[in-house]
Amino acid sequence: MPSGSEYIRTIKSQITEVDPSEVHELLNNGVAIVDVRETEEFGAGHLPGAKHVPRGHLESRIDMAVPDRSQRVILYCASGNRSALAAKTMLDELGFDSVESMTGGYTLWKDRGYEVDVPRTLTAEQRERYSRHILVPEVGFEGQMKLLDAKVLCLGAGGLGSPIALYLAAAGVGTIGIVDDDVVDLSNLQRQVIHTTAGVGTPKVDSAEAAITALNPDVNVVKYQTRLDASNIMEIIEGYDVIVDGVDNFPTRYLLNDASVRLDIPVVSAAILGFEGQLSVFAPHQGPCYRCLFPVPPPAELAPSCGANGVLGVLPGTMGLLQATEVIKLIIGSGDPLIGRLLMYDALDATTTELKVRRDPDCPICSVDPATIADDEMGMFPDYEAFCAAAG
Amino acid sequence: MAVVRIPPVLRPSVGGEREVSAEGSTVGEILESLASDHPETRSQLFGGDGELNRYVNVYLNDEDVRVLDGLTTGVGSGDTLVILPAMAGGAG
Repeated sequence: MPSGSEYIRTIKSQITEVDPSEVHELLNNGVAIVDVRETEEFGAGHLPGAKHVPRGHLESRIDMAVPDRSQRVILYCASGNRSALAAKTMLDELGFDSVESMTGGYTLWKDRGYEVDVPRTLTAEQRERYSRHILVPEVGFEGQMKLLDAKVLCLGAGGLGSPIALYLAAAGVGTIGIVDDDVVDLSNLQRQVIHTTAGVGTPKVDSAEAAITALNPDVNVVKYQTRLDASNIMEIIEGYDVIVDGVDNFPTRYLLNDASVRLDIPVVSAAILGFEGQLSVFAPHQGPCYRCLFPVPPPAELAPSCGANGVLGVLPGTMGLLQATEVIKLIIGSGDPLIGRLLMYDALDATTTELKVRRDPDCPICSVDPATIADDEMGMFPDYEAFCAAAG
Repeated sequence: MAVVRIPPVLRPSVGGEREVSAEGSTVGEILESLASDHPETRSQLFGGDGELNRYVNVYLNDEDVRVLDGLTTGVGSGDTLVILPAMAGGAG
């Protein structure tokens, strides 16, 4: 009997081998390229467009990959041995007309510098870290990959921003931007749980970054130690998939609304005062925008902020996590987001009230097609500080 | 007669109450009754033209009265009016 290597040599003499250069010319050319390696090898990288049929499953699965036996087929493996054996089987036993084996396999293909597809996978550590997400059908592997690809901008690393950033980081949101120009104050720690006593006096963006990185090193934190204003908003928010609004003043809220509508970025918005919170999702052109809900800001005496009025420390936690939940729903595309609805939560009563928010057909911002706005108008905003001061 | 839910910013004007009852068969009558009983709320609810201030939304149950018949919208005895002024508390 021949040795194993002698047998393979014999088989190779009975089939046709093709050089990777020729296979490269045949990509996307009606030729079926089939990878006969094991699943883990395929997962580490393969020829673009290659179908995967492990040699051990060749007979049972090749019909799914190549239903037409008259189609030209090129097989490859790591070095050209397994594919030669599989080619012989397909020609002699399975009745395929034209089956060839690529010389040198995937190893030679890569050595020649030809392009490869590397399918995205989770590392073993990520599979463990996100296992409870992956087990949820609405999230699963696909949803977790969407989260890892997602870019979410948190406006503020304060009461709302703290739980939002922590939980989005834990969920594996791949990029979290944080806009905050403040430093950590002792009076923040009653509710701003991303910061620590040791961090008092340090910039909130740095303090938040340290907490996020300690929680989940998968997350890329982008810090903006500044206040959003008309001069920087377009540059900062562009490219984010979702914006989480935890801002504490009306000028920024209107500015954010207009910019997010122009860039078509959904905003998950919440506001809190005392024992009450409001929550809604403003998805440009799918539902109302903030100006549809409140066309003008209230005068200053009716627009107190938390700093002056106090807030139950857990309330921003509750509202922030409702925001984070909406963000994740938007990213994974599951559920019924809070678009066109406003949720009011009264912590003292432990009641929620839902109100309908209608899109204003005459809204000066979201009833206009952004594409019809002239280039020189894009990014231009009236002076909202003066606007709101005048309103007051 | 209907229940009116008072938002936090208006509570000091109604003696700290979170809900008040007010007489009337339309949204306008009920809010007018509220403003008569608690005069400090008047300037916060109504502009000089007698219309609702644009930064205050009023809902009959869950629907914005502006998409109904505004201040003339009829109100039944079991209905609740929700006053919703814009809030901006956030980062704190």
